[in-house]
Amino acid sequence: MIASRPWLPTPVLSLLLLFVWLLLVRSTAFGQIVLGGALAIAIPLLTHRFWDARPHIRKPLLLLRFALRVLKDIVVANFEVAYLIANPWRKLRPHFIEYPLMVEDRFTITLLASTISLTPGTVSANLRMDGKSLLIHALDVDDEETLIQHIRQRYEQPLKEIYEC
Amino acid sequence: MSWFVEVLASVLLIAGGIFLFIGSMGMVHLRDFYMRLHGPTKATTLGIGCMLIASTLFFWSQDGKPDIQELLITLFLFITAPVSAHLLSKAGLHMQLHHIDITEGDPVELREEEVAQKPVPHPDKGHG
Repeated sequence: MIASRPWLPTPVLSLLLLFVWLLLVRSTAFGQIVLGGALAIAIPLLTHRFWDARPHIRKPLLLLRFALRVLKDIVVANFEVAYLIANPWRKLRPHFIEYPLMVEDRFTITLLASTISLTPGTVSANLRMDGKSLLIHALDVDDEETLIQHIRQRYEQPLKEIYEC
Repeated sequence: MSWFVEVLASVLLIAGGIFLFIGSMGMVHLRDFYMRLHGPTKATTLGIGCMLIASTLFFWSQDGKPDIQELLITLFLFITAPVSAHLLSKAGLHMQLHHIDITEGDPVELREEEVAQKPVPHPDKGHG
């Protein structure tokens, strides 16, 4: 990994910005690469003070597997929610659930909350001020404990391994 | 353009349309604010995704070169949809919007006695 320098605080993000810029303008002309490179250096320099320090990825392979799993779950979630909405005879049992957080870092919590919002029948509604628990609204739940265990094993455990160890 | 791509693109377009329709139907059909949040965060992401894949396929077979630019839209959607849903539900909790009676669980945010009726002044300087 490229080391960060004073004029390049977040090398990976800069590369990503350059890549996205080239995709957006749909060309790899020299001028566009120069412009994209300038933007990729200027934007992190201007904004990096607003951000929390991002924890290092310890297990990139696991992250890839996690991303694929989330993508799959998003597709399944869509079918499930579509079925729940479209079936007028189904009785929904909405639920507010307190989810006690195990991860502590703010970046990891953000990732977890986004994952919860995108996956089956749950929306993360509120993060408590102390950062210790997350309020989740679920569309249709039998048992609170099962859902908490499910989220813990499927999403939080891998995230914790990837970022915090 | 081959027959196969044409069929695939049409199937994806129809599937995307159905998902988008169901997602929007949820806005009308579901009973309270918190349940209505589920429609736009989920059913629509897959709908948009299907349509973008169909469009990418179609123009790929027409122009002869792949153009993954449109997948960026899906990426941005995946980043922004959970954040906006979270902000909406936070606002809903702050306004203490009512949920339907069969909702189980009793969050602190919605309890009458726990939430101060007056806004609490911000601890920073210049706010009171």
